[in-house]
Amino acid sequence: MSALTDDTLPVTPRAMRDEMIVFAVMAVLLAAVPFSGIYPFFVMQALCFALLACAFNLLIGYGGLLSFGHAMFLGTAGYVSAHALKVWALPPELGILVGTAAAALLGLVAGYISIKRQGIYFSMITLALSQLLYFIYLQAPFTHGEDGIQGIPQGHLLGIFDLSKPTVLYYVVLVGFLAGFLLIYRTINSPFGEVLKSIRENEQRAISLGYKTDQYKLLAFILSGTLAGFAGSLKVFVAQNASLTDVHWSMSGEIVLMTLVGGLGTIFGPVVGAFVIIAMQQYLAGFGQWVTVIQGVIFVACVLLFRRGLVGEIAHWLRRSL
Amino acid sequence: MQALYAQLLVGLINGSFYALLSLGLAVIFGMLNIINFAHGALYMMGAFAAYFLLNLGGIGYWPALIIAPIVVGIFGMILERTMLQWLAGLDHLYGLLLTFGIALIVQGVFQNYFGSSGLPYAIPDQLKGGMNLGFMFLPIYRGWVVVFSLVVCLATWFLIEKTQLGAYLRAATENPTLVRAFGINVPRMITLTYGLGVGLAALAGVLSAPINQVRPLMGADLIIVVFAVVVIGGMGSIMGSIITGFALGVIEGLTKYFYPEASNTVVFVLMVLVLLVKPTGLTGRAA
Amino acid sequence: MKKTISALLLGTALTVASTGLAAAQDKSVKIGALSDQSGLYADLGGPGSTLAAQMAVEDSGLQAKGWKIEIISGDHQNKPDIGTTIARQWLDVDKVDVIVDVPNSGVALAVNNVIKEKNAVYINSGAATSDLTNAQCSPNTVHWTYDTYMLAHTTGQALVKAGGDTWFFLTADYAFGAALERDTTAVVTANGGKVVGGVKHPLNTSDFSSFLLQAQSSKAKIIGLANAGGDTTNSIKQAAEFGIVKGGQKLAALLLFLTDVKAIGLETAQGLNFTETFYWDMNDKTRAFSKKFAARMKNNAPPTMVQAGVYAGLLHYFKALDALGGNPHDGVKVVEKMKSIPTEDDLFGKGEIQPNGRTIHSAYLFEVKKPSESKGPWDFYKLIGTVPGDQAFTPLSESKCALLKK
Repeated sequence: MSALTDDTLPVTPRAMRDEMIVFAVMAVLLAAVPFSGIYPFFVMQALCFALLACAFNLLIGYGGLLSFGHAMFLGTAGYVSAHALKVWALPPELGILVGTAAAALLGLVAGYISIKRQGIYFSMITLALSQLLYFIYLQAPFTHGEDGIQGIPQGHLLGIFDLSKPTVLYYVVLVGFLAGFLLIYRTINSPFGEVLKSIRENEQRAISLGYKTDQYKLLAFILSGTLAGFAGSLKVFVAQNASLTDVHWSMSGEIVLMTLVGGLGTIFGPVVGAFVIIAMQQYLAGFGQWVTVIQGVIFVACVLLFRRGLVGEIAHWLRRSL
Repeated sequence: MQALYAQLLVGLINGSFYALLSLGLAVIFGMLNIINFAHGALYMMGAFAAYFLLNLGGIGYWPALIIAPIVVGIFGMILERTMLQWLAGLDHLYGLLLTFGIALIVQGVFQNYFGSSGLPYAIPDQLKGGMNLGFMFLPIYRGWVVVFSLVVCLATWFLIEKTQLGAYLRAATENPTLVRAFGINVPRMITLTYGLGVGLAALAGVLSAPINQVRPLMGADLIIVVFAVVVIGGMGSIMGSIITGFALGVIEGLTKYFYPEASNTVVFVLMVLVLLVKPTGLTGRAA
Repeated sequence: MKKTISALLLGTALTVASTGLAAAQDKSVKIGALSDQSGLYADLGGPGSTLAAQMAVEDSGLQAKGWKIEIISGDHQNKPDIGTTIARQWLDVDKVDVIVDVPNSGVALAVNNVIKEKNAVYINSGAATSDLTNAQCSPNTVHWTYDTYMLAHTTGQALVKAGGDTWFFLTADYAFGAALERDTTAVVTANGGKVVGGVKHPLNTSDFSSFLLQAQSSKAKIIGLANAGGDTTNSIKQAAEFGIVKGGQKLAALLLFLTDVKAIGLETAQGLNFTETFYWDMNDKTRAFSKKFAARMKNNAPPTMVQAGVYAGLLHYFKALDALGGNPHDGVKVVEKMKSIPTEDDLFGKGEIQPNGRTIHSAYLFEVKKPSESKGPWDFYKLIGTVPGDQAFTPLSESKCALLKK
C-alpha cells in the first residue's frame, strides 16, 4: 500500500533552515496586515482555521490518520469557552484555557474509541462521534440549540489587552496562531514525530520494532484535538458567537479540504489551504450553493490531479520540504 | 404493550432503509475497497429520478422502481470509469475523499436547482390507505417497503453468496490476478459491482420518496448513520450488514418510544459501545 | 462622535461626487438584503426578499426626491458565523446603512449584536424568535411580520375557542420548538383547554411514524406541531398517511408558510389551521402588489409573508428618511423616527412600531382549502379569523426588553 505522501525529504539542517526562513517571512507578512488595509476580521478568521488545519494535518499528514470529525474539537472548545466567558464571566485567558482543556479531554475519550480501528473505519468512527456530539449540542440547554451562544464579551486579556479593539485582538490571535504552529512544527521534528511517521509508513513494522503504536496514535490524537480546540477558543473572540455550524459534518469536511488543497503532510500547506478556502467562501458568498459545488470540484481535482496540494507541488518542484 | 408492537413495526421500516444502504456500501467495499461517501447523494438521486420520471415523463411509481436504479446505476458506473478507477493502488482514504467531493457536487447542484424544501411524491394508488392490525393502523405503503426491501436484500445476498457470478466477484476481491487468468474482465466486473451498489442506493431512494419528501439533502445526514451501522456490523459479511440494518432500525424505533430525546444519537452510542466491547464489529473480520 | 464625523465626511465625498448638492444633505443610502439564498429558507425569503426590497425602493418615490439608493444582497447560508462576517463587512467596508430580512433565528440574533455595535438599522422580517424584541432587544432593531409569541397566541386561542380543548404537542427538540410549545401551552390553559401530552422529536426528522402513533393514542382533539420547515411538512404528510385527520383529530401547524403548503400539496394539507400576517389574496391592494411581484419572480410565485414584510418594513424606513430629510447614517436616530410614525402600507394595513422594536399589525387565522375550492396555482387559503395587532403580539407589560425600563 502506498503512503499518503511519498516524497517527504529527510529532515536535514538545510531543510530546517529553509523552513525557518519561510516561517519568518510568513510571520512578518502576517504582522504587517493591520497596516495594509486588508480587512482584519477576514485574516483573523483565516488564522483560526489555519491553526485548525495544521492540527488536523498533524494526524493525517504525519500519522496517516484521517479524522473526519475534527469539527467536534472546534465546536466543543468554542461552546465551553463561550459559556465560560458569558455565563461564568471568566477573564479571556481562563476562557481559552477551559475551552482548550475541554477539547483535550474530548481528544482523550474520542481518541481512545476511534484508534481501536484502522484506515477508513477510523474515519467513519470519528465522523460518527462528531455527529453524536452535534446532536448532543443541538439538545443541550447551555448551547442554546439553533440560536447558539451570542454576544460573547471579549474582555481584557490578562487585564491589559483590550480585545474589543480589532488591532489588539488581531495580534493576540496572531501570537496564538504562531505559538500553535511552532508547537506542531516542533512535534513533527521530534523523536515522537519520527515514530508517528514510521507508523504512517508501516504500522506493523513499527510494532515489531517495539513501539506501542496505539499509545503514540492516542497521544497524537489528543495533541491534535487540543490544538484544534485552542483554535476554536480563539475563534470565539473573533466571531463573538459559538454555533452549531462549528460542530457540523460539513465543517469537518472543510477542514479536510483546506489541508488537502494546501498539501497533506506539508508544514505550510494547511495555512495556505485555509487562506485559499476562506477567501473563496468570502468572495463567492454571493453564489450561494455553488460554493459547495466548487468545494466538491476542488476535492475531486485535488484527489485525482494534485494529490500533493499547492505547497506540496511547489516543494516537489523546488525539491525542498516545506 | 400494543404501542410497543406498533413501534417495533415502525422500526422495521426505518431498518429497511439502513439495510438497503449498508448492503450497497458493503458490496462496493468488498469489490473496490472504497467507502462510498457519495452513497447518500446517490440515494437522493434515486428519489429525484422517480420524481422526474413522474413529472416530466408521466412515468409512475412501478416503472420508476426499475428505471430509476438503472439510470442512477449507469451514472455510478460512469463515475467509476472516469474517476474512481484511477485510485486503484492508492491509500483507501483517497477513495473516501473523492466520493465526499462527488457528494458535495451532486448535492450542491440539486440544491441550486431545487432549493432545500421538499418536493411532493404521491404514494401509488394501489398502495394507498391502511389496514387496522388491531394494535395499530398500518399504512399499506409502509408494509410494502418492509416486505420489498427484505426481498431485495435477500436476493442480493443470494446473488453474491450462492451464484456463479457471485463466486467470481468474491474471488476477484481476494485475488484479481488469478481471476483475470480465468479470462474474466476484472475492471468491467468492478464497474458493474459499483453500479449494483449504487443501484441499491437509488432503489432505497425511490422507496423513500413517498414517505419522506424528495429533498437534495435527504441522504446527507442519513449516510452518517449508515456509516455507524456499517462500523457496528462490519463490512465483511453481506448478511451481517442486512441483519444489523434491520436490527438498528428496530432499536431506534424502540428508543423513539421509550426515550425520544435519544433517538438521534442511539445508533452512535451503540457504535461506541460495540467498539469498546468488540472492536472488530459484530460480524466483522479485522479491517 | 467619531462615527458622525466620519459619516459626514463620507456623505460629503459622495454627494460632491454624485449630485453636487449641498454637502449638509447627504441623501445616499445603502441597503443590504441578507438572507438564505439557496437553503431551507430560500423560497420564503432569499431572492424574493431582494426583489421585495427593490420594489420598495421603486415605490418609495425617494429617488425622484434626489436620493441615491443602492441594494446589495448576501447569502448567510444559515450559519451565524457567515452571517456576522457578511454583516460586519457590509457595515465596515461597504458602508451599508440598513440590513433587512435575515431569516433563521440563530443568524438573526447574531447579526442583531453586530448592528447594534455599529449603530446601523436592522429591519428583520424573516426570523421567528421573539427574543429580538424581548431579552435581546436593541435600539437599532425593528422586527416586522411575525414572532413565536404571535404564532402561539393566535392559533392557540382561536382553536381552543372553536372547541379544540385537548392538545398533544409534537415539538422539535430545540430552542425554537420549546418556545413555541411553552407559549402555546400558556394560551391553551389560559383559555380553559388542557394539554394531555407531548413528544419531542429531533430536528430534521424524516420519519415521524413513532411520534404520530403516540399522538394518535393520546386521543387529543388537537395535535399541535411546534416545529418548522421540512419537519412540519413531513409530519403533516405522514399524519395523513396514518389516517390521523380522518380519525377525527385536527392538526394545528404553529408555523407554516405559503411555500410549505405548496410543497405538501392541497390534497394532504387541506383543513390545516395556522396563522400568517400576510396572504397575497386578501384584498385588491395585496392582489395588485402580488401580481407585480409574481411577474418578476423566477417561478411566478406570489410573495410570502416574509417577503411582504421586507417590502413594508423598508417602505416605512423610507418614510422615516423622508421625514428626516437626509443624513441616514445614525441608526438609532432613524429607528427612533420610524417608531414615531404610525405604520401604514398596502400589505399589512395600519399599525405601529412599539418602543421595543416590535411592529404590530393584524394577524390572520387561515385554513387550507380543499383541492376542489382552489381556483389557481397559488389559491390555498381561506380566512377564518382576524386578530388585531394589540392582541396578537406581546403586550408591552410582558416584554422583557431593557429599552422599556428607561
